[in-house]
Amino acid sequence: MTAPTHTAVPAKAETHRSEDRAVAGWVRAFPTNQDRGPQAHGAAGFSVTFTDLWSATRRLVRTHAFRLAGLYFLVFALSVIGVLFFVYWTSADFVERQTEATLGAEVNGLSEQYTQRGLSGLVQIVAARSAGDRGDGMLYLVTNRDGRPLAGNISGWPSNVPARPGPLSFQIELPSADGKVETHPARGVLFAIPDGYRLLVARDISDAAAFRDRIKTTLLWSGLVALGIGLVGGTVMSRNMLRRVEQVNRTAERVVAGNLSDRVPRRGTNDEFDQLAANLNGMLDQIERLMTGMREVTDNVAHDLKTPLARLRARLELALLGPGDPAQSEAIRAAIDEADRLLATFNALLSIVEAEAASGAPPGEPLDLAEIARAVVELYDPVAEEKGFSLRLDGGPGTMIRGDRHLLSQAVANLLDNALKYAACGTITMAVGRSEGRAVLEVADCGPGIPEADRESVFDRFVRLEPSRSTPGNGLGLSLVRAVIRRHGGSVSLGENHRPDRPVGSPGLKVRIEFPAWPQTI
Amino acid sequence: MKLLIIEDDRETAAYLVKGLSESGYTVDHANDGRDGLFLATSGSYDAIVLDRMLPGMDGLALLGALRGAQIHTPALILSALGSVDDRVKGLRSGGDDYLVKPFAFSELLARIEVLLRRGVDAPSMTRLRVADLELDLLTRSVKRGDQSIDLLPREFQLLEYLMRHAGHVVTRTMLLENVWDYHFDPQTNVIDVHVSRLRQKIDKNFDRPLLHTVRGAGYCLRPGD
Repeated sequence: MTAPTHTAVPAKAETHRSEDRAVAGWVRAFPTNQDRGPQAHGAAGFSVTFTDLWSATRRLVRTHAFRLAGLYFLVFALSVIGVLFFVYWTSADFVERQTEATLGAEVNGLSEQYTQRGLSGLVQIVAARSAGDRGDGMLYLVTNRDGRPLAGNISGWPSNVPARPGPLSFQIELPSADGKVETHPARGVLFAIPDGYRLLVARDISDAAAFRDRIKTTLLWSGLVALGIGLVGGTVMSRNMLRRVEQVNRTAERVVAGNLSDRVPRRGTNDEFDQLAANLNGMLDQIERLMTGMREVTDNVAHDLKTPLARLRARLELALLGPGDPAQSEAIRAAIDEADRLLATFNALLSIVEAEAASGAPPGEPLDLAEIARAVVELYDPVAEEKGFSLRLDGGPGTMIRGDRHLLSQAVANLLDNALKYAACGTITMAVGRSEGRAVLEVADCGPGIPEADRESVFDRFVRLEPSRSTPGNGLGLSLVRAVIRRHGGSVSLGENHRPDRPVGSPGLKVRIEFPAWPQTI
Repeated sequence: MKLLIIEDDRETAAYLVKGLSESGYTVDHANDGRDGLFLATSGSYDAIVLDRMLPGMDGLALLGALRGAQIHTPALILSALGSVDDRVKGLRSGGDDYLVKPFAFSELLARIEVLLRRGVDAPSMTRLRVADLELDLLTRSVKRGDQSIDLLPREFQLLEYLMRHAGHVVTRTMLLENVWDYHFDPQTNVIDVHVSRLRQKIDKNFDRPLLHTVRGAGYCLRPGD
């Protein structure tokens, strides 16, 4: 090619380079979806997993279902803890009261003896009760005014015990069954008897303490288990609820994205969620019916008006054939041009209808997408040059697809047409290549771009973003592109053209077409 | 020149007969496939314009019968079916050209002229000449006078098509179909830009322009004005 400004690169150019360079270039030209995510530039491995986990957790915490489950768990935990404390208090207190009662009975008995028989009687009865191990853990001690023991089963006054009368707790060392000395807790009452004598009645409470410890451990463990079950149950329940809400959300998102035939799945349980799903589905049915109805009206109008319009045009043409004055002929020509524009719009609309209505396997023969792109770029190159733009074609290998050459060429031509209409800077790039096993075609310009909110609606028929509608066109170009690409099982998406040399305030538009994977024979 | 129109829609038929008569052709008209076939086999026509869907006998069947009877009158099929498949079917069953309804009368006229010339053309020509413009198909070179002209491959094809139909109107759709092999209508005037580029190369530095624009129809390459 000898045209100086023709910058199109033939599709085969890549094969002259070394293969890995071509692949590297390819990767640059087509970032994968993951590359666009904010986490993609983070370090691999742990940090990414951790970040993922963290953000997932934060997402979960922010949900209503999670908060509700959290609140229920809190109430559940508090009541479990309350019940456990109550059980502890009643059972431990019961043992305590038993000890008090035994001590009280003992003291009453002794006090009776003392009243009837005096000090010697008391010493006698204490000695009698102290003899042998009765197994009830009772401890006695009677001392004279020097503190010397007169009777009792404790060898001496326990250390660290104040000599004040009244209730007291102390430790006592007792020989155990296997001959060792064990320290036992004990509780008792100290009485001052006239003439400096003292009486200590106490009870070894090591069994009660062991019982209390046992209860404590049991209650602690059962509490932990109950809380654990509550936590797991709450999480499972909230996740279950979340999943169903999520299903509704996902469906709504897909519907917003243009897939009007999507519905919320139902489980047939007829619970609230099922009813919600049924109601939403009913609403979607209604919307779809309305949309289809509206579309059918425009389609039928196009179809029904095409024939009379064609006749009108034919009559105007016949009127031109005869001799007529020049002013009249000029008016007729203008009328014919106008009729042609209308016919072109109707034809475009009907092509869309045809592509959308077509069902079954996508049309086709094996084609090289790069070859289609090259031919269309060649067709549009002079137009671009005339408008002061340069058209660049970046081709990668492996772009075989199955399809209809005419339909696909028209779709690609529409994209270039749009780019040429709206571009604001020097270069419009068409890139063709293979990404993740799919043939991909991108057309990028640096015009005003399309705001994110409008990126779905521009695919609708007759939608044009300029309120003034001053740029020529019928608002059907992208509709046809999507209809054709969908017919081929592919998808079209719009994004910004992130080019460093774009003018300020012109994010640019990048249209990306992806075709389904098709085995390569290269 | 004698033409046969086989068309069941009265309005269209009347318009075709009127238009073609005013353009200087002798026109016969048949209302259905059977009459059409009868006329086509008995009369001697220079070209046939037939609707694809006809009462009595389908247009494609009619063509098949005609070709079966060794009658090779050039035929143009008119059809409301515009997909590429329909077009291919039409051309396979013996049609020489295929025009989707609704069409511009100028488009039909240009195509009929091409059909009528088809027999005249010597296919083995290796050199095309219009006035002092000469195109050599073997060396793929173009000269005007003694000045050689550099053309891109597509410009060469474009010029070749225009020269093969020199003196006749060639429409934009015909160029798009025959030079680019596209059967769709680009929104922008891409063909005009290609033609004006070609015109720059073959006409700019010469006194007499050869490539003319025909208002409301297309282009024509011819020596005079």
